[in-house]
Amino acid sequence: MDFELDPDQQMLAKTVADFAKNESPVARFRSLRDDEIGYDPAVWKKMGELGWLGIPFSESLGGFGGGFVDCAIVLENLAATLVPEPYLASVVLGGMTLARAGNASQHAAYLAPMIEGETSLALAYSEAQSRYDVGAVETTAAPDGAGYRIAGEKVWVLNGHHADQLIVSAKAPGGVSLFVVPRDAPGLRVKVAKTIDGHKAAFIRFEDVTVGADARLGEEGSGTAVLDRTMDFAAAAAVAEGVGIASTMLQMTVDYLGTREQFGVKIGSFQALQHRAVDMYAETELLRSISMAAMVRADDDDSSVRRGDISAAKYQLATGGIWVAQQSLQLHGGIGVTDEHDIGLYFKRMYALNALFGDQEHHVARFANDPAFAEAAV
Amino acid sequence: MDLSFTEEEEAFRQEVRDWIPAAMPEDMLETARGAGDFTPEDSATWHKILYEKGWVAPHWPKELGGTGWDAARRFIFAEEMELAGAPPLSVFGLGMVGPLIVSYGTDAQKERFLPKILSAEEFWCQGYSEPGSGSDLASLRTTAEDAGDHFIVNGQKTWTSFAQYADWIFCLVRTDPSVKKQAGITFLLIDLKSPGVQVKPMMTLGHTPAFCDTFFDNVKVPKENVVGGINQGWTMAKALLGHERTLLAMIGPSRNVLQKLKRIAAHKTANGRPMLEDPVWRARIARLEMRFRAHLMVSYRALADQQKGKMPGPETSILKLVGTELIQELTELAMEVMGESSLTWYNEGVCLPVEESIGPYFCYERAATIYGGSNEIQRNVIAKMILQLPSS
Repeated sequence: MDFELDPDQQMLAKTVADFAKNESPVARFRSLRDDEIGYDPAVWKKMGELGWLGIPFSESLGGFGGGFVDCAIVLENLAATLVPEPYLASVVLGGMTLARAGNASQHAAYLAPMIEGETSLALAYSEAQSRYDVGAVETTAAPDGAGYRIAGEKVWVLNGHHADQLIVSAKAPGGVSLFVVPRDAPGLRVKVAKTIDGHKAAFIRFEDVTVGADARLGEEGSGTAVLDRTMDFAAAAAVAEGVGIASTMLQMTVDYLGTREQFGVKIGSFQALQHRAVDMYAETELLRSISMAAMVRADDDDSSVRRGDISAAKYQLATGGIWVAQQSLQLHGGIGVTDEHDIGLYFKRMYALNALFGDQEHHVARFANDPAFAEAAV
Repeated sequence: MDLSFTEEEEAFRQEVRDWIPAAMPEDMLETARGAGDFTPEDSATWHKILYEKGWVAPHWPKELGGTGWDAARRFIFAEEMELAGAPPLSVFGLGMVGPLIVSYGTDAQKERFLPKILSAEEFWCQGYSEPGSGSDLASLRTTAEDAGDHFIVNGQKTWTSFAQYADWIFCLVRTDPSVKKQAGITFLLIDLKSPGVQVKPMMTLGHTPAFCDTFFDNVKVPKENVVGGINQGWTMAKALLGHERTLLAMIGPSRNVLQKLKRIAAHKTANGRPMLEDPVWRARIARLEMRFRAHLMVSYRALADQQKGKMPGPETSILKLVGTELIQELTELAMEVMGESSLTWYNEGVCLPVEESIGPYFCYERAATIYGGSNEIQRNVIAKMILQLPSS
């Protein structure tokens, strides 16, 4: 049993942390909030050159054959300064779905340029009625000549406003299937929505968008299983980011308690606030510890091994992580509620991570309904 | 990163798992599978069985009666004992004063005390708290007056758990009242059969006679019973606290109560079906199990550090805090799942077949957040030592 990163991973963590600190401090995210894209394609390209965008993909796909732990290292360290480039949306959601579902020519056409940072991807899986059930798809893919005609609407598509290609779930005659669709395809209507945490997402209507048979990823009916697996990666990715957010908020709060003075003393000398800070520390360490289990198990093909720790980790984000965010704001007092102070930006990101890829109730139910749960052994 | 045990470690696990039921007397096996309400005599019996096997003190050095196992094997061994529901061993000798004597004792002390701790010939208890000295332990007033080759001890120790079954007590006593309070304390081993010692058991909330008051009236104690040097008691107490913290993570007890909870919920019905099939009750158990998993990972991190011979990281400081609060939540939920049957005290056959008597256990676990340094004191220490927040 070993929880330490190997030397390569330690190097990766340091490189990403240095990049975040030196080249993308929070001020950069702040200034890009009102930008039309919300991030910088040139920085995305640089991440491709550094090799970060190819981490979880096998070498035969042009990637680096890393594990999910390596992805998590990037996500956690980018989160520490709220780096806005769409790593989660394009690498984890779009890329990992494409890698699992697509064939060699689809990989060459869409995954390879994304790995280089030339393009980006988005996963259009969620619908107004589906909540966290990736199989609840009403968008249709009707046979049309040799190809398909896609009709329906997808919501909250992360990076959907700028991605070059969308991976879209739609119901074909053989069941829920995945298709790759260029964002500029005729009949595709994109509405951009600002999200609570300063990012952007898209609502996308497909008004009889026609695609060829070669746009389908894998067999008809294989979509739900692939998306289920992607959602485990995505939940683990949100937890990795959450670890970066929670530890940054804890550190900012402890620093504030050590500098802010009231009643003639540092407020960090008050026992009520000290005990609160210790509980924040405990929740953060619980999150970090269970996230390690989730990251390692994310690569396991056996869902009974994988799901328990991923759900437990996402649950700890929803309970402990959210609580750390709340208390960080509270202990900052009035300044914490201003847009001027960074603590609120982290606070909102934690809530966004909480809402994505299964909330508390979703993961509690999933954990409780796993066959292993009813067995007495824990 | 690798969260699995090696093949050799898994083989060792199987060896332990096979050995336990083969070695345990039939009546104790039944208790282990059932309510788990072992008597102190059961614990002593199990202690002797482990001693004969050479497995009673895995964390002691091999040359002094330990097993020579590495941290992973020690962890696996403890995990298997807990999973099997084996009787808990008295911790005061094996887990507390024993390791302290190993580290700080004289050769004569090692020879005199360690073999009898291992063989269960002598049991120990702890004499720290006093009626006026709880969290402010350093204010203790039991005195040990220098009388040449021995001390004369006077005073009262409280919460001396299981003193009525013990042969010896390790105490913190004041040897120098003229210096800063921490600097005048000595760690002293006292034979409970000495003239002038009186032990008075008292009932706990859980109706177990666990607690005691222990009185010292002009008790003569030889000076060779000092561990770590005169006036070095506070350093000894802190060293001992380090041992205690991982003991108090409550990994085994939490796992046991989770199993028990599911067993009870699978048999008890509500709205015409087993409670375990009710989504609301099921979710409540699941929430605690998910939190347990996170807590378990913190303790695995500590284990992995030990395995590498590294000092455990600062995160281990939260183990007592989280573990004791979790065991209370678990026993509370067990009470709730029992419903009206939670009124049973010893379950004298009134709510058979499945309900087990959780009441005394639930009550006793209220002590967990108080003993071993109350959780409020733990928070004070973590705020200062780990978060380095300013002192007032």
